[in-house]
Amino acid sequence: MSSALQIVWVYPDLLSTYGDRGNMLILAHRAKLRGIPVDTLEVRSDQALPYGDIYLIGGGEDGPQALAAQRLAADRGLHRAVDRRAVVFAVCAGYQLLGNSFFAKGAKCDGLGLLDLHSDRGPTRAVGELAGDIDPALGLPMLTGFENHGGRTHLGPEVKPLAKVRAGIGNDGATEGAWSGTVIGTYSHGPALSRNPALADLLLRWATGEESLAAPDDTWHTRLRGERLGAVGLV
Amino acid sequence: MTENKLPLRASLAASVSRTAAALSRATGRGDGSVIGGRLGMMIDPDLLAHLAAGRRIALVSGTNGKTTTTRFTAAAVGVLGDVATNSFGANMPTGHTSALARAGATPYAVLEVDEHYLAQVLRATTPLVVALLNLSRDQLDRAKEVAMMAQLWRDALADHPDVHVVANADDPMVVYAAAAHAASGEGKVTWFSAGQRWREDAHVCPACGAHIERDETDADAWRCATGDLARPAPQWTVDESAVIDPEGVRHEVKLQLPGKVNVGNAATALAVAHRFGVSPADAAPKLAEVASVAGRYAQVDRDGRNIRLLLAKNPASWLEAFDMAEEQPTLLSINARDPDGFDTSWLFDVDFAPLRGRQVLITGDRAYDLAVRLQVNDVPFTHVKSFDEAVAAVPPGRLEVIANYTAFQDIRAELDRVV
Repeated sequence: MSSALQIVWVYPDLLSTYGDRGNMLILAHRAKLRGIPVDTLEVRSDQALPYGDIYLIGGGEDGPQALAAQRLAADRGLHRAVDRRAVVFAVCAGYQLLGNSFFAKGAKCDGLGLLDLHSDRGPTRAVGELAGDIDPALGLPMLTGFENHGGRTHLGPEVKPLAKVRAGIGNDGATEGAWSGTVIGTYSHGPALSRNPALADLLLRWATGEESLAAPDDTWHTRLRGERLGAVGLV
Repeated sequence: MTENKLPLRASLAASVSRTAAALSRATGRGDGSVIGGRLGMMIDPDLLAHLAAGRRIALVSGTNGKTTTTRFTAAAVGVLGDVATNSFGANMPTGHTSALARAGATPYAVLEVDEHYLAQVLRATTPLVVALLNLSRDQLDRAKEVAMMAQLWRDALADHPDVHVVANADDPMVVYAAAAHAASGEGKVTWFSAGQRWREDAHVCPACGAHIERDETDADAWRCATGDLARPAPQWTVDESAVIDPEGVRHEVKLQLPGKVNVGNAATALAVAHRFGVSPADAAPKLAEVASVAGRYAQVDRDGRNIRLLLAKNPASWLEAFDMAEEQPTLLSINARDPDGFDTSWLFDVDFAPLRGRQVLITGDRAYDLAVRLQVNDVPFTHVKSFDEAVAAVPPGRLEVIANYTAFQDIRAELDRVV
């Protein structure tokens, strides 16, 4: 086991539809800015899931999503990681498969049961800007992202919504994403952390146990956030 | 069917189509391809089929390179005579209709086809040859998923057992699309190898879901782990600036267009033209005459700067643009308007590291998305508010401009619609 922070990107061969690599790159970049040594590991779906401090799961098409859920269920590595309070950040298809069940290719599929929620098909595809007020318990500024999914997600009592929707659909038009312990899921797809650097820092703080991290120069992140939140009338 | 033999309704429709296109051009609204075709098809819904009848037609489709390959192919087939072609990139049926109506009676046509419309255009035009270039992620907020697109192509070819297919052996998605056609009879498919730089959409076999395995010793070789699909032996290949034909003869193509990818596009064009009976020796010099394609690769001199325009619409084409661009000051411009797709997530699928060490300027509607991407990529840059500001910020000499679709059109307009 290395002393460097281990960031594991889960199954990029199956779940990497559109810029999902960004979350790994942003976390590694922000860790290095604080002098935290980092190892990034890209783990294919035919490999065993290794030890990690942060696990990232991306979005994907129906077939690969169902296959990823099956392989993660058989591997059990993610379950062990959650038991030892490793950090998990999952987007879109990756978020859905952390729940108890989801729909892919018209069939109900078993999820991993790591978040108390289930997903089904919505009446319309949700495509466009997504924004919401993040759960105050997390102490983060407004969430901004882009969503592109056909699912609707229903939260159980064991999880909290990540955010209350201010623009877009998210889970169901009212809430967006979910979190429990150190596991976060969101419909803000692809490189979600590019617009939400404070969320990236939360994941890093959870993983390192640091109370606070030095503030980097976030000029461009801040301008990007301002522009995107402005585009949906929230600035 | 040549024009004077068209049914009356089709003849009228073709005439209206041409007039509307001419009016559109005259009033400065565009090149007229779309409006002309649309009006013609309102009068005769089968106009495309009527205009296509009796002609020998090649269709060119794929995510990237189709406009350039269409231009090359039209130049190569042009050895035989006039060629009808949609050279303005209007690649849906309205554009095809307009191109054929405008071209008059010539028996040859080379048409660029949007990958989503291939089945429809195959039905309407009954082509001699279809060239399938590549499939990769492109505008995922509305485009079909890559594997689904390959399946649609495969289904479309099943309805046209007689068409000849020229297909890219290096792209597993294209091979899957053409494999059943190839198995349906001897000589149904001509395979070419043009290299595939972008491989992130071909990790998984579209036939069975197993992993695609790459060969450590042969950079182009690939096969599905279960053996469902493997790279076919290509008949046409490239080597540096030469295309090698099925007999093993080298043809130096002295292209004006930059990049290895365009040598691959040249190989495809020569393979398609060969099906029309044009020898590669006769066709190769024609490709060297192509200087720019709808503004792409065009060079414009302004204020002592030699500005070259490169279009890059998706991760695969950005990688090719970095290969083409010289190590000179580079302006990147990103928009996310309707024709571009509204989602900029793909920026994180592109590794901008090749730009380190160059003076990099950024602009466009979505420059901030690009700014964050470059910062994370450790590529220093300067944000400029306009194209003029960019030109003023670089020393005299070459300025490479790499832009996505509407950003490219904006800059082209600034430079007075260079072709």
